Amino acid sequence: MASSAPSAGPAIVVEGLRKQFDEVVALDGIDLEVEPGTVLGLLGPNGAGKTTCVHILTTILRPDGGRAAVLGIDVARAPEQVRERIGLAGQYAAVDENLTGRENLRLIARLTHQPKEVVGARADELLERFRLSDAADRTARTYSGGMRRRLDLAAALVHRPPVLFLDEPTTGLDPSGRNDLWGVIEELSGQGTTVLLTTQYLEEADRLADQIVVIDHGRVIARGTATELKAGLGATIVEIAIADDRAAQRAGHVLEMVGPTNLNGHTVEVKVEGGGRDVLEVVRVLDREGIFPDTLLVREPTLDDVFLSLTGHKAEEVSA
Amino acid sequence: MTAITVPSAAPTAVRRPSFVWAVKDTLAVAGRNLITLVRLPQLLVFATIQPIIFVLLFRYVFGGAIVIPGLQVPYVDYLMPGIFVQTVAFGAVNTAIGLAEDLHKGLIERFRSLPMARSAVMAGRTIADLVRDVFVVTLMCIVGVLVGWRIHTNAIAFIGGMLVLLLFAFALAWVFGFIGLSVGEPEAAQAASFPILAILTFASSAFVSPETMPGWLQWFAEHQPLSITVDAVRACLIGGPTATKVLQSIAWSVGIIAVFAPLAVRKYRRVG
Repeated sequence: MASSAPSAGPAIVVEGLRKQFDEVVALDGIDLEVEPGTVLGLLGPNGAGKTTCVHILTTILRPDGGRAAVLGIDVARAPEQVRERIGLAGQYAAVDENLTGRENLRLIARLTHQPKEVVGARADELLERFRLSDAADRTARTYSGGMRRRLDLAAALVHRPPVLFLDEPTTGLDPSGRNDLWGVIEELSGQGTTVLLTTQYLEEADRLADQIVVIDHGRVIARGTATELKAGLGATIVEIAIADDRAAQRAGHVLEMVGPTNLNGHTVEVKVEGGGRDVLEVVRVLDREGIFPDTLLVREPTLDDVFLSLTGHKAEEVSA
Repeated sequence: MTAITVPSAAPTAVRRPSFVWAVKDTLAVAGRNLITLVRLPQLLVFATIQPIIFVLLFRYVFGGAIVIPGLQVPYVDYLMPGIFVQTVAFGAVNTAIGLAEDLHKGLIERFRSLPMARSAVMAGRTIADLVRDVFVVTLMCIVGVLVGWRIHTNAIAFIGGMLVLLLFAFALAWVFGFIGLSVGEPEAAQAASFPILAILTFASSAFVSPETMPGWLQWFAEHQPLSITVDAVRACLIGGPTATKVLQSIAWSVGIIAVFAPLAVRKYRRVG
């Protein structure tokens, strides 16, 4: 029952979790832990097993092997008790387009067995919080993508779940919608909600997650804080495009003295640790060698860079 | 690590016996599906256009050429029970499409993560579709009267016939709900449903007498559940021996529900 609350220990525990769909191994022995009140970012390309992991933790799928527990409750043995304690916002905004925003929330309030007298107030409160009050009585069909996502997240919060699962919560949102949702997730986490979110964007995990677990082909390939992961990568990447093949190859060689390089067609990528000083050094080396780049880009590492460094292949090549 | 008190469960949920919640959850889902019906009345209009065309076709175009051996009443009185059953049968496609849509849009996934009854999504849908059937059949009764249809029995027999019809509609909703969850795409649900319904409604006693069909087809057309329900409703509205046909139809409907309700709920629990 609700009172059998474990007061200590991680909010989410996953041990040796395995799941197979016919021939395809989706999860090949995943381990992770999420401390109460923290945000864990599950990072990986499409098809890495992120959604499968969330589906098992939210009792939608049964694991083939291993163990998963939410607030100390085994998801396979007591799924009903787990469902009372979790909220899920999936990859699609799972709202009924023919209902209004308010009706959607009231439906979820009824289905999560809220007392009749609080159903209306809870819906109003969430509509207000997610800035949907003005659109509350319009059907969700008329909502923008960002509004649907906000309504979807509001629906996941109706019963005040202590543990929240967000499966690629910002995929398909424009930058302002994304920023918006990030703010909400930070606020929830600040109030003590434990959050597990999956994402394909290092930037998103970086901003929101206390801990990051990187998975690929159903296995954990790295874990740590965003800072720890990026430290292993080099903090900055200089991307130099050179039209001439031979010049590009030569640039790859000579720039090894500044940092590890990677030649991809006509583009040379250099990972540098020393920030601005190293970026200038790259330019100086090119100048000395008489190599003139067509374009030169300085950027933060992305998920692709994490994958390249951890697995030797790019993220999108995995999903293809 | 900072000390944070763990909220152990959704704090406000009301505790009641699970069967009470199964009923309440089913009503909540049925209510949700009925709102769609009110909000998109065109669905109801489209649901009646096809049967109205069939009434007009068979009453005025083919009716004159159709001879029912031993029929003592006008053909329209033979036709209307067939139309009623055909109407609810084709209406069941909406159950398949609706559930396939819910699955496609991720709503089933959300429902399955909620602490609600496992049977409520299926039961709520089939009950909402039953309410829709009541509306559509009422409309078809009015259309029937306008083209000269008359009841030859009494009010009790009429109500009995309608109940047999609606029980059959409810049974079909479970079958097509199962199909909808199995195919998972609205277009595929429609495509998968049509051939089944075409065979059931045309190789039947709905419009013509199976006696006029070749032997092998005649056997099927006389014994399949849609024909038996048409015969039962027809007996309730025209008169003659009624009890056996009504009981046969009820037995079919109950049997179909007994098989397909558990199958559909099982599918709901595992789909995706």
